[in-house]
Amino acid sequence: MTRSMRNPVARPLQYLALLAYMCFLAFPLVFLLTTAFKTDREIRSPDPSFLPRSLNFDNFTAAIERADLFQAAANSLLTAVTTTVIVTAVSLPAAYALVRFRTRLRAVATGWILLSQVFPFILIIIPLFLLLKDIGLVNTLLGLVLVYAVWALPFALWMLQGYVSAIPVELEEASAVDGAGRFKTLVKIVLPLLAPGLVATSLFTFINSWNEFFFALVLIQDPDMQTLPLALARFVGAEGQVQLGPLAAAALIACVPSLVFFMLIQKRLTAGLLSGAVKG
Amino acid sequence: MTALAAPASPRAPKRRKSTEGRDAWLLVLPALLPVMLFSVYPLVYGVLLGFTDAEAGLNAETHFNGFDNYTALAGNELFWNSFKIGLIWAFAVTILQFLASLGLALLLNLDLRLRWLARTLALIPWAMPPVIIAIMWQLMLNPNYGPVNRTLASLGLPSSINWLGESAIALPVVIVVGVWAGMPQTTVTLLAGLQSVPAELNEAAAIDGASTWRRFWHVTLPALRPIITAITTLDLIWNFNSFALVFVLTAGGPGGTTMLPSLFAYNEAFRYGNFGYAAAMGNVMVVLIGAFLILYLRAQMRSRNS
Repeated sequence: MTRSMRNPVARPLQYLALLAYMCFLAFPLVFLLTTAFKTDREIRSPDPSFLPRSLNFDNFTAAIERADLFQAAANSLLTAVTTTVIVTAVSLPAAYALVRFRTRLRAVATGWILLSQVFPFILIIIPLFLLLKDIGLVNTLLGLVLVYAVWALPFALWMLQGYVSAIPVELEEASAVDGAGRFKTLVKIVLPLLAPGLVATSLFTFINSWNEFFFALVLIQDPDMQTLPLALARFVGAEGQVQLGPLAAAALIACVPSLVFFMLIQKRLTAGLLSGAVKG
Repeated sequence: MTALAAPASPRAPKRRKSTEGRDAWLLVLPALLPVMLFSVYPLVYGVLLGFTDAEAGLNAETHFNGFDNYTALAGNELFWNSFKIGLIWAFAVTILQFLASLGLALLLNLDLRLRWLARTLALIPWAMPPVIIAIMWQLMLNPNYGPVNRTLASLGLPSSINWLGESAIALPVVIVVGVWAGMPQTTVTLLAGLQSVPAELNEAAAIDGASTWRRFWHVTLPALRPIITAITTLDLIWNFNSFALVFVLTAGGPGGTTMLPSLFAYNEAFRYGNFGYAAAMGNVMVVLIGAFLILYLRAQMRSRNS
């Protein structure tokens, strides 16, 4: 892009605009970060400094030592990992079949993904709640896993299908010619090539269930079963005097998985990875 | 997700058709069954519930009551008020998000220094769960200790504003947070679109003496059009159905001024136990939004063809 090279005023203005954007987008997180390291007195002092006076980890220890938060994080982890394992195990063969054998299912699956976006969650959650209640899975992590897996499946399928169709079918044919059976071909040829796509898909599934709030809000009432987003949302609501420091620390900890994930994929995201998604 | 645009169906290995079909079904079934049971079935069930008097509780019997829910809804001023708030929220967030993201995407597409850093920072809101975003902005907007009021104070401006607790300003404030939260997706999509606009087009226009603005208006924007349609449509649906962010930020308050329809229906179902009535609200929402989307997409198609 050379469009503004000729205009000497434009460049500084562009940097200024970019700086404003960056402040708007990054400041809240920076603020959360500094708050997490401040003492309660510092946070409430009438004359605050932007940076904490010293790097103290009290808020983090306070957050981790709270039994309910620890339990909630453990619940979230268990739910997210189980969901990811199930979704990956189920969607891998399905995605392969959808791509390699021409069936109408592929169009149906894509249609379902799009359609399910339009429906308000209230239409889905009431029947799900009743259904899970009938089979005794309300207030259990297993029920939550079931719901998360089902809602992650179509998207995982969609993502994986793309990775499968990127593998040249000639490779498989060559392996078949060499006398390898279908199963052997899958394990030796397809699986290694799919590995990056599989990692991306399962990370995506993990993050989505780790962050999910609405289904958990409805399906989990027992405090011992609550997930981290639920615990944090109630952390704010319940007490009159909220401890801002530990809250900021806990919120930061809850962000770590998705922040790491986005750092890993950010190059591919901004390099136009999504262009295909929209045009496709 | 380049993946998604991958060319359709390369030749399948040559095999007999019948075994192929059976294999396919066998592999797809483990994915298909749970989806049918736990998403297709509930959705159909949910739509039907909207025509019943279903209530929470063990002994409540459920009967079909035809359009009773809808005649009741037609006269429910609180619901329509909430619907109006939902439309204001969804349109305001979508439009502001689009404009802000387009500006950012154009900047990120320029050859500026530190572009890699800016591109990374621009993703931050996407990497945060909605609940955390809400908590973080509550801290930001805290009337006593929040940096927003403190900055205003240090500038000598009025600084005791209760941003989320004042009914006159709560909705606009929540909209700003909504724009913040959704900017990365829109920016990344538009940036990807910008990168796929052929540079030759712009260069040719520049040689013909077109100004920067005219090139943007007559070359870049038309080329982006399909992507703009797609992302604004998705944004609108997501925003209209969004729940967690506003639920944690204000829970619909103060005085119901930020009561999005999703929150309203949630309260109806899980606070008051009126499952059938709440499902009817869901049906009304999906029909009205669906109708709007069809009109919007048709208008876009038509202007693209002409």
